[in-house]
Amino acid sequence: MSFSANKATFGTLIKRTLVKRIRFRGRSLVIGIPLWWLIVFFLIPFVVVAKISFSEAIIARPPYSSLLEWKEGGFLLLKLHFSNYLYLLEDSLYISAYWSSIKVAFFSTLIALLVAYPMAYYIARSTERRRNILLMLIILPFWTSFLLRVYAWIGILKTHGIINNILMSLGITSEPLVMMQTNFAVYVGIVYTYLPFMILPLYTNLVKLDNSLLEASADLGANPLTTFFKITLPLSVPGIIAGSMLVFIPVVGEFVIPALLGGPDTLMIGKVLWDEFFSNRDWPVASAVAIVMLVLLVIPVMLLRNAQNASRAAST
Amino acid sequence: MKKSSWFVATATVLGFAFLYIPILSLIIFSFNKSRLVTVWAGFSTQWYGKLFADPQILGAAWISLKIAFISASLAVVLGTLAALVLVRFRRFHGKNLLGAMIIAPLVMPDVIIGLSLLLLFVAMEAMFGWPAGRGLTTIIIAHTTFCMAYVAVVVQSRLVDMDESLEEAALDLGAKPARVFFDVTLPLISPALVSGWLLSFTLSLDDLVIASFTSGPGASTLPMVIFSKVRLGVSPDINALATIIIVMVAIGVLLAATWMKPKRV
Repeated sequence: MSFSANKATFGTLIKRTLVKRIRFRGRSLVIGIPLWWLIVFFLIPFVVVAKISFSEAIIARPPYSSLLEWKEGGFLLLKLHFSNYLYLLEDSLYISAYWSSIKVAFFSTLIALLVAYPMAYYIARSTERRRNILLMLIILPFWTSFLLRVYAWIGILKTHGIINNILMSLGITSEPLVMMQTNFAVYVGIVYTYLPFMILPLYTNLVKLDNSLLEASADLGANPLTTFFKITLPLSVPGIIAGSMLVFIPVVGEFVIPALLGGPDTLMIGKVLWDEFFSNRDWPVASAVAIVMLVLLVIPVMLLRNAQNASRAAST
Repeated sequence: MKKSSWFVATATVLGFAFLYIPILSLIIFSFNKSRLVTVWAGFSTQWYGKLFADPQILGAAWISLKIAFISASLAVVLGTLAALVLVRFRRFHGKNLLGAMIIAPLVMPDVIIGLSLLLLFVAMEAMFGWPAGRGLTTIIIAHTTFCMAYVAVVVQSRLVDMDESLEEAALDLGAKPARVFFDVTLPLISPALVSGWLLSFTLSLDDLVIASFTSGPGASTLPMVIFSKVRLGVSPDINALATIIIVMVAIGVLLAATWMKPKRV
């Protein structure tokens, strides 16, 4: 009797641990699939890039030398070539490309912020019905082809394009303005394509703004401008940071816009990397360019994460 | 609700004009008779006919649609798993790593993602013999990787907003975690899955840079063909293609919006 009871408890014990095991297995499977996918296809690639940035360009397939070499007597020789990085420092092309990419990214982020803020504010203050329609109008262009929207600006900005046709038929200018293949065109293209990325985080932040704070400020005699600078703007800082990072970081490495709208003096590091890889076929230098860009972008990425954590903490 | 000032309203109208004038100009000039894209010479639909007679564009469009469909589906599965793990699971080894890796592709410049994946594929081929060469498979892997990040973000915000007590109730009533997921969680987050899939589909359809790096001979996607044509200058059949894409997207977004509205409580 007692034996069978024991057996039963023993049985349930086994069953329980088994179920736990399976549950545990299921749990680690659910965790493991996305985790390992990203480790293999997102993290390890950076290790490979870092590795190749220390190798030498050779004429072979693949076109880079191996870092490890077996020497006689079983010695493993590790050969690191810093020459690619030194090359980036020596040739002024790269430093000025990094610098001008950061400059372009900074100013286009600033312009996008100035354009986006009133829009986000207006949408956040609208009635719910209108708000949904406006939000959809913001998102809609984002769903259509990015490449084709950049292409649209060629037709608008080029020498015999829409703007020049209008200006000349109105008699405002007699000579067509040169806008295509200039930095102006690059700025227009960047602000245009990245505007939704700025508006949406700003909107998410501004819609949570407590109306009673604005009313209190008005009741205490502050004019709308003071209320804006003392209350609305400081409270929207997390939204400003999130939006700015979502624009700044990808713009630093932007390729399509400078390639289509920019001219020969538009120097951006994304285009330099592309040419290094596809035209010069120098994989090690292209890798070094990528690694330096990555290091430059780590700081803003950290800022973005902190801003998101802060806004998440504030909203809960 | 206080009304916005005239300054804010004007700025908003101008902002929307800025967003929509290029799109309208694309559509209008796709019906232009003239080869010169920006000089109006009368109504014509000849460029649409020319577009549908171009085997290069049609072939590339078919390749792009295939890649987008498979990548979006894979990305929804992987992205949902990642979001679920990040929002619902207790701390585990690698949670911070997963959280960082899921957000990084959103802002990582395309050239870096493209280059690093290509170098990985080359190194893997040298070590294991797989993937043999580059083409559809490598583009699909690349697109799945960056699209799953977008899916994860969309699903994550839905999971955070969702009432957790429903899942707890099901667990208390004795349902197994997998059953709770399929019977309670999944139906509740399905709108997020749909928008995640649609987002991934369009992102994949749109990508030029990552596809250019990870593609091989014979696997030119639509953006790659468009880019090589556009680099030589504007051509009206690209306007026709743009118009078709814009109209399809607009219909799709409107349908999705009306379909998802009644479900939102």
